[in-house]
Amino acid sequence: MKITMILNGNPKTFDVACGEMLLDTLRNHGLLSVRRGCESTSCGICTVLLDGKPVPSCSVLSVRADGRTVTTVEGIREEAEKLSRHFGEEGADQCGFCNPSLALAVYALKQTNPKATPQEIETWLVGNLCRCSGYQSQHAAIQAYLKEKS
Amino acid sequence: MKIVHQKWPSLDGKGLMLGRQAYTDDFAEKDSLILKVLRSPHPFARIRAIDVKAAKALPGVECVLTHEDFPRIPFTRAGQGYPEPSPHDKFVLDSVVRYIGDEVAVVAAIDEATAKHALDLIKVDYELLEPVLDFETAKDHLSVLHPEPEIHEMFPIGFDPKKNVAASYHMEIGDVEATLKACDVVIEKTFYTQAQSHSMMEPHSCNARFDVYDRLVIYSSTQTPVHVRRILSQALQIPISRIRVIKPRVGGGFGGKQAIHGEMLLAAVAMRTKKPCKLVYTRKEVFESSYSRHPMRMAMRLGAMKDGTLKAIDCQVLSDTGAYGEHALTVFMVTGSKVLPLYNKVESVRFGGDVVYTNHTPSGAFRGYGAIQGNFALESAVDILCEALQMDPVAFRMKNMMREGETSPIFAIMGEGTEGTAMMMNSCKLPYCVERGMELIDWKNKYPRVPLGAEKVRGVGMAIAMQGSGIPLIDMASATLKLNDGGFYNLTVGATDIGQKSDTILGQIAAEELQTTPDKIVVTSSDTDLTPFDTGAYASSTTYVSGNAVLKAAKAMKRALFREASAALDLPEDQLRFDGVCFRGPGKEITLEALSNRLYYNADQKQISVTESYVGHQSPPPFMAGFAEVEVDRKTGETRVLKYATVTDCGTTINPVTARGQIEGAVIQGIGMALYEDVLVSPTGKLLTGDFLSYRIPTRLDVGELLTEFAESYEETGPFGAKSVAEIGIDTPPAAIANAIANAVGVRITDLPASPEKIWKALKER
Repeated sequence: MKITMILNGNPKTFDVACGEMLLDTLRNHGLLSVRRGCESTSCGICTVLLDGKPVPSCSVLSVRADGRTVTTVEGIREEAEKLSRHFGEEGADQCGFCNPSLALAVYALKQTNPKATPQEIETWLVGNLCRCSGYQSQHAAIQAYLKEKS
Repeated sequence: MKIVHQKWPSLDGKGLMLGRQAYTDDFAEKDSLILKVLRSPHPFARIRAIDVKAAKALPGVECVLTHEDFPRIPFTRAGQGYPEPSPHDKFVLDSVVRYIGDEVAVVAAIDEATAKHALDLIKVDYELLEPVLDFETAKDHLSVLHPEPEIHEMFPIGFDPKKNVAASYHMEIGDVEATLKACDVVIEKTFYTQAQSHSMMEPHSCNARFDVYDRLVIYSSTQTPVHVRRILSQALQIPISRIRVIKPRVGGGFGGKQAIHGEMLLAAVAMRTKKPCKLVYTRKEVFESSYSRHPMRMAMRLGAMKDGTLKAIDCQVLSDTGAYGEHALTVFMVTGSKVLPLYNKVESVRFGGDVVYTNHTPSGAFRGYGAIQGNFALESAVDILCEALQMDPVAFRMKNMMREGETSPIFAIMGEGTEGTAMMMNSCKLPYCVERGMELIDWKNKYPRVPLGAEKVRGVGMAIAMQGSGIPLIDMASATLKLNDGGFYNLTVGATDIGQKSDTILGQIAAEELQTTPDKIVVTSSDTDLTPFDTGAYASSTTYVSGNAVLKAAKAMKRALFREASAALDLPEDQLRFDGVCFRGPGKEITLEALSNRLYYNADQKQISVTESYVGHQSPPPFMAGFAEVEVDRKTGETRVLKYATVTDCGTTINPVTARGQIEGAVIQGIGMALYEDVLVSPTGKLLTGDFLSYRIPTRLDVGELLTEFAESYEETGPFGAKSVAEIGIDTPPAAIANAIANAVGVRITDLPASPEKIWKALKER
């Protein structure tokens, strides 16, 4: 069936199969920044923004995105670049597999709660797993990013 | 040092954050055949018959392969140098399946749904065999996992498959029994460590196509591209020159991607279909059908004199390698060789035991590689001994531990699968690490415990650790530096960046020696057609071994530049000065840019390019002291790590922030293993923890404060004084946390993880 979404600011129509997940729709159409870590809504790697809210695209039916806005990291390039500078400063980037999804989750936090406390940041991002960093350097980078003036 | 020992942002950090094409699956051809693997539902069974007719007849199915399609060529997936210290006990596909999740057949179809449907259509008639599911009764079990005649060891590793023994090893220095008899105090305790899952975020992934030269080109999320190429060639009888393996960015490895996983079936399908194809493991397959950490039982005996002099260590180990013997011997030996030398002043030391086959998911390489298991046993036993001696555990360690300028006879005796290499500790700042760690955790005020009301108690505990820096005389690395017009360089290395940022730090090493900045060094790594040989990212080898190769190449490049500048300026080399940008001599100068343009466009035209190699003659250990502050809830047994302080001697940190990242990431994995990560298997051999909901890795909310510092240290054999930093961080948390729990509530956890249930039960039983 055909669905239309506002993808990174532009209307896009996709022909999707019954039961197709948003992750597959996006990835099959060349949005390689959206990646699969698991299939059970438990790692956060496939996070995209649906109407501005972070969702695990591995578990969102593509038809649910019909008529809504979908944002991948390609849609927040400047903000992701800013975050990457802080990641570099703190040595918070290792394998990088979780980074685009993390950038989206952090961006969404900045939109909704720009003055988030350290506790609120950790709680907001608890579903975004990282096996490399030990989190502490990421946390410092994210705090510095949130403090940066838009 | 201007570039080395300085914070420098990673080369690929921005591109990865922006989600650019980077990882293996990003490079799969658009219309790749999708591979799915039929996996065994039984822990141990013989395939009486397998019927693939219906699967093959399904429209969209292009290839179905079973054991009947392969000659019986045994190999090991371990991903080690050749000949491997792991037994050749695996076939591409076999008529016997040895664990739930073992490979039965592979299907390639035009899409995932068709491939999955085809799996359902394959009919397998299994003859069920009695599985071996308890590693403590595996040896001499009536059920033999590997009776097949073709399998073999490559050199003596104690391989005895008729007894279910994949490897065994014994060594003794002095006379342990006699020394123990003469000791004032002897303690004895048996420890158990569990299987741990690597849980890297990127699942195992590979894809293939044939290029215009009709060569098989494979992208793989591997730590060992040259080993993948060699093992595919050997097992599938493809000429090695027809295979190219490219490792793009890898989404974490931790040892889990050292071995061959999907590449074998992928290449087999590609050879038959000649079509692009890809295989991406599901998360369940990563948990069930790749491999995890070797579970171990370690029986420890320690003997000491009343004054706190440690006299003897006896360490008898049983290790569970699961269905196949990948890394069986070498992980086992590291349990001794990178742990026992910590206490180098003992009179006698003995180490030995067996590595047994069971019908479990195979075990394999995992950060720490035996040392984390051995460290838990030894450093827990040392605290038990200190209790018996009524001695402060820090004072005991300061008295007995390895010091700079000393050695241990173990280094010469025990290597990884072979004899070892004698070496002195050129750099060992353990005393500083211990003293500074005590300050960071506030040991003086917090040891042994601080009660917080009736229910909660805080305690501190510590452990010391060592690791290695590559496998001496085996791990080989090389690096090529090429000067380009415009005066910048290409650095190509076989070294394998799997997220530890080795491209970045190797670029820093080259930039430092060439007195330039990392932006002038374009780093390319891990393409078997384009980059020079390197055994890969394992055994904590990259900074030390590959780093030394890069440094040698940079020195050679500098010599070549001086030669060419001398010719261009018509001045002897010893009258020239170079600052990375310009050569200056009396009255004359030429910039590197002008020199390079002259060499490529104008005069004395030639390509300036150098290749250098390095093989370590030693494996200088990094050292660490780790200190845990935990809070234990007496009512529930729950333990939280409030603070974890580490002080590491890894020599010079090439890049202090990436080095910190290695330590902190490893510490968290160690905390996970200490407290809750646990690969659980049902009594019938079924994996119970096949997703991130049932197998919990640490989240942001589980992590207390990490205090991470480095000792000032310089390893004279390392590049700019560096040793390794990749694995050492994972070693101390199990013992330090168990010691902290014991100090807090008096409960000694001897089998990991230290779950609330175990602590609660032990508190009730007291």
